[in-house]
Amino acid sequence: MTARFLRYLPLFLLGLAWEAVARFHLVSSSALPPLSDIVAAWIDLALSGDLLVNGAASLWRAGAGLALAIAIGAVLGVLMARSRGAERLCGPLVEAFYPLPKSALIPVTALWLGFGDGSKILLIALGCMLPVTIGAYNGAKSAERTLVWSALSMGASRWRAVVDVVLPCALPELMNGIRTALALAFVLLISSELIVARSGFGYLIGILGSNGTYAPMFAVVFTVAALGFLADRIFQLLMRRALRWRE
Amino acid sequence: MPQIVIDGIRHMYRPPRQRPVLALDDVSLDISEREFVALLGPSGCGKSTLLYLIGGFLPIEQGAIRVEGTPVRGPGPDRGIVFQHFALFPWKNVKDNVLYGLERQERSRAEREKLAQAFIDLVGLTGFEESYPSQLSGGMQQRAAIARTLAFDPKILLMDEPFGALDAQTRALMQDELLRIWQRKPKTVIFVTHDVHEAVRLASRIVVMTARPGRIKRVVVNELCRDDPDLHRSKDFADMVDDIWSIVREEALRAQVGRTP
Repeated sequence: MTARFLRYLPLFLLGLAWEAVARFHLVSSSALPPLSDIVAAWIDLALSGDLLVNGAASLWRAGAGLALAIAIGAVLGVLMARSRGAERLCGPLVEAFYPLPKSALIPVTALWLGFGDGSKILLIALGCMLPVTIGAYNGAKSAERTLVWSALSMGASRWRAVVDVVLPCALPELMNGIRTALALAFVLLISSELIVARSGFGYLIGILGSNGTYAPMFAVVFTVAALGFLADRIFQLLMRRALRWRE
Repeated sequence: MPQIVIDGIRHMYRPPRQRPVLALDDVSLDISEREFVALLGPSGCGKSTLLYLIGGFLPIEQGAIRVEGTPVRGPGPDRGIVFQHFALFPWKNVKDNVLYGLERQERSRAEREKLAQAFIDLVGLTGFEESYPSQLSGGMQQRAAIARTLAFDPKILLMDEPFGALDAQTRALMQDELLRIWQRKPKTVIFVTHDVHEAVRLASRIVVMTARPGRIKRVVVNELCRDDPDLHRSKDFADMVDDIWSIVREEALRAQVGRTP
């Protein structure tokens, strides 16, 4: 209990310092509103429903985009690892696309699909797919051939051996790729919503900021940070549970 | 008619980004049902490659292998295999590993469970059904792998240096154990090893192979009574080991010289 408290002590001290410098006007309260004001603004936003409506829009976009990225990325990665044809065809594409900053695609997906959910979902799906693909590819490549051979000699079909053996072998790397994708999804979500959107956390941050209402703006920023942290924690928990056999 | 016919096999080993080497050259061998054959030779002589070809894991390039008259085209549950490094599924516990082959067959759940337990008991792993491979010693992992392969009842048992990764004491115990199991569940066994002792202890026929490219150098019939647990202390055993060692020695030397740059 004390250990846990000590771990979060720096965070608590930072909050205290924040409140102090803002209250004593050491910095302008528009640059750094007092934490207590931010908490009050958060409660207002939550009660008015703004947080819920925009939050739901954002989570739907991130969730759908991520789900697409995981489904396509995992299949593509395993396919590339198992089939030389698929590797020759998709390998150069993956390599060429990988270093592209995915936020550069924000105007492109908006041009294709407009300002609504579709463009964000496509952006997140495209941007998050490659870490998943690469994780699945490396994981599937690491599957020992004797494990696959064992399954085949016990009467498994080639397809069955991929599902029963290659996939579990790929799981640790695949899940690491998904974790990277999860963080990336938040980055792409907020930046695209800041630029082209009529709802969502990013939209809310942009509107509140340009209206000069900084306490509620910070409240939304904190909400996004907390959600990102929570999502990563939950995913880590899932990961540990799925990979328990490695201990 | 022999159960397995190996006819004029020639195989190139193609390591990535290196020159291909001839691994097997003109290998022909007939194996009868319920025979225990050892493939003996220095490392790199292609004996494991030959085993993988019989298993259908590698494509046959030249020559033919027939099992009960049918040409080998791929792996199948008529040929079970045990690998040196066990190849157990690390995400499954012992029981689920043993069940995997049974689940590919048309059997009721109760029957599968019963068979799996019987084979776990047979290899002496009773009480370790729920353990994961990483929680077991090397010897126990290999027992689990043997149970897994025996459980789906292949007619032919392919063993690729199965005791090579075990310490000397465990290896001796496992050899006795394998003989005991083989006597209770007679199957055709093809056993790859580079250990002369092991070959004489286990096999009824010993096929000595040359250093790369692997050819069959000599086939020796082992007429010693392998049921006798004290066999390895007898003079006949020592003589046989000496005889075979003198055949293998030359090849082992050649394999070593061939390897120095």
